[in-house]
Amino acid sequence: MTLAIQCRDLRKTYDGKVEAVRGLNLEIQTGECFGLLGPNGAGKTTTIEILEGLLEPTSGQVSILGHSWRENAREMREWLGISLQETRLSEKLTVRETVELFASFYREPRSSDEVLEQLRLTEKADAWVGKLSGGQRQRLAVATALVCNPKILFLDEPTTGLDPQSRRQLWDIVREFQRAGGTVLLTTHYMDEAERLCDRLAIVDHGQIIAEGSPADLIERLGGHHVVEFAVRAKNPSGDSAGAAPEAWRALPSVESVREEDGMVSLNVREPHLAIPSLLDAVGKQGCELQHLTTRQASLEDVFVRLTGRHLREE
Amino acid sequence: MSIAEQTSIVETKTPPSHRARRNGRWAGYFHLLGARMLELKREPEVVFWVFVFPLLLAVGLGIAFRNKPGDASSVAIVAGTEGQDAERLLKQFRQNAAFKVDVLDGDAARKGFRLGKYDLVIEADAARGLRYLYDPARPESVLARAQVNDALQAAAGRRDVVATTVVTSSEPGSRYIDFLIPGLLGMNLMNSGMWGIGFALVDMRQRKLLKRFVGTPMRRSDFLLALMSSRLVLMIIEIGLLLTLGVLVFHMRVLGSLFAIVFLGALGALCFGGVGLVTASRAQKIESVSGLMNLVMMPMWIFSGVFFSYERFPAVIQPLIKALPLTALNDSLRASILEGTPLIEQWPRLLVMVLWGGISFVLALKWFRWT
Repeated sequence: MTLAIQCRDLRKTYDGKVEAVRGLNLEIQTGECFGLLGPNGAGKTTTIEILEGLLEPTSGQVSILGHSWRENAREMREWLGISLQETRLSEKLTVRETVELFASFYREPRSSDEVLEQLRLTEKADAWVGKLSGGQRQRLAVATALVCNPKILFLDEPTTGLDPQSRRQLWDIVREFQRAGGTVLLTTHYMDEAERLCDRLAIVDHGQIIAEGSPADLIERLGGHHVVEFAVRAKNPSGDSAGAAPEAWRALPSVESVREEDGMVSLNVREPHLAIPSLLDAVGKQGCELQHLTTRQASLEDVFVRLTGRHLREE
Repeated sequence: MSIAEQTSIVETKTPPSHRARRNGRWAGYFHLLGARMLELKREPEVVFWVFVFPLLLAVGLGIAFRNKPGDASSVAIVAGTEGQDAERLLKQFRQNAAFKVDVLDGDAARKGFRLGKYDLVIEADAARGLRYLYDPARPESVLARAQVNDALQAAAGRRDVVATTVVTSSEPGSRYIDFLIPGLLGMNLMNSGMWGIGFALVDMRQRKLLKRFVGTPMRRSDFLLALMSSRLVLMIIEIGLLLTLGVLVFHMRVLGSLFAIVFLGALGALCFGGVGLVTASRAQKIESVSGLMNLVMMPMWIFSGVFFSYERFPAVIQPLIKALPLTALNDSLRASILEGTPLIEQWPRLLVMVLWGGISFVLALKWFRWT
């Protein structure tokens, strides 16, 4: 079975200086929803635009459904639906006119009405693009991608800046497309989006993939599915034991890793019911009291922080 | 709301016949052209600047410079002069319809003269004659002096020694408005060509719409062709409106064939489309392309004979002026419209336009950035 998207040792250097992508490898199966997750400036957009054939890589190979952009670009474009980050479509055209315009570029497009119906835009079909809300515009951008009946759908940050309801609507549309056999490649810096939509994902940082796998895999590799976060303070103000060493927390049963940030300690824990009682004991023995204690499920954010020492949306 | 339900709704509502659609070779081109025309139609500013503004300009300038039957010279007579010997003459003179005469005191007369209200001041001279106060640098003042003097001397009994006859000529074809309308037509073709192509392209590039388009199988040549074609459609309307205005309001006579005029319009529109294309081939921002376009168009506004003849510029730069595309377009439009000169005799001008358009187009293709 041919891979939907494959790239090897992809590199892109702008103006001979800025290395946006530094040796990136991907293999995406047909029918998969694959996510590129990473902070702003990680090289996600450059990568996806190279795969879309819009940018020339400095070096490396790209193959889309077994074809290369050098040989067969026009034919390949018939198979791909693209939604760029922030395309501003003509404001003075109606929604239907815009979809019809994009449909006219393809040999065998779908009916515009059908696509508008699928994207919940039928009511707005005769409204000018300039009058649409952010969510409607984004759905229209996806409509221009889906009208060609693509085999692969590329979405670059499809839900950035959208309200929760619009985001969910877009997720539904993407799942629908995937269920019909389509392959999806999307970039995002939202953890929840990646967790909910993607079968597999790659975490990208500084132009390289630093981890790859299904969301569950990646969290699994973190060592514990649970995160316990707490802060402590010495009972006796003159006491000097307030800042207990991380090693003390690491030694607690079932704790896989420790991280401290702004006086808040987070533990990756396999089994909270073992870790928490011993944590309380240890706090008592050190003559401290808890100021704060929460537990939650580990997320991709924790994976990212663990791998890079930074938060996803930090600059 | 589950997706499965929504999907089934879509299935039932969509008749299968909708799916079997095939686009022909030119579907993209025609949709691009159609979309462009719709956008222009829905942009009131475009309609104003491309169609209404040139008409207003033509009407305004046409009225300001209309050929009036010999503007009456306005003359101030300083009060008290009438008491002199010339009184009889002046009384007679004041009946003369060719002059507008006011009688007022010396200061007011001089002030009026300075402000341009009077072309000539007549006052008494110590030597019991009349004294004219006029400005040799003002043509109307010179004219007033000559006319007034003639009239006064004739009234006083001077006999002309040579018999002369006069034939008047203010035929359509030689008036300022006749000169102006082809010039405006040329300028308008330049402006709307440059802005219509250049501005639109940079705008689409800035909005990443160009990038989105090249992500589809759209033929890039179709896109540029559609942009050019939209200019041709507008050109026909521009020419039609301005010429109709000239003929109906200013009784302009169009001597050349309509075919020749439309042909020249098309050549001009394509030529400036090419220049607009090359100007906008790389610019990323509207601001930078605006500056570039003004830089390109400025010399032509000044030198190419839109509002006045370029013959007034020094002979040294005449060949340069004639090499400008707008000069070629204006000259050929004037020759065709006003004199009916056949296109074939204008080949050097046509060649200038073809070269400008062709070279620009080739350079634009080479430099053009879609992203």
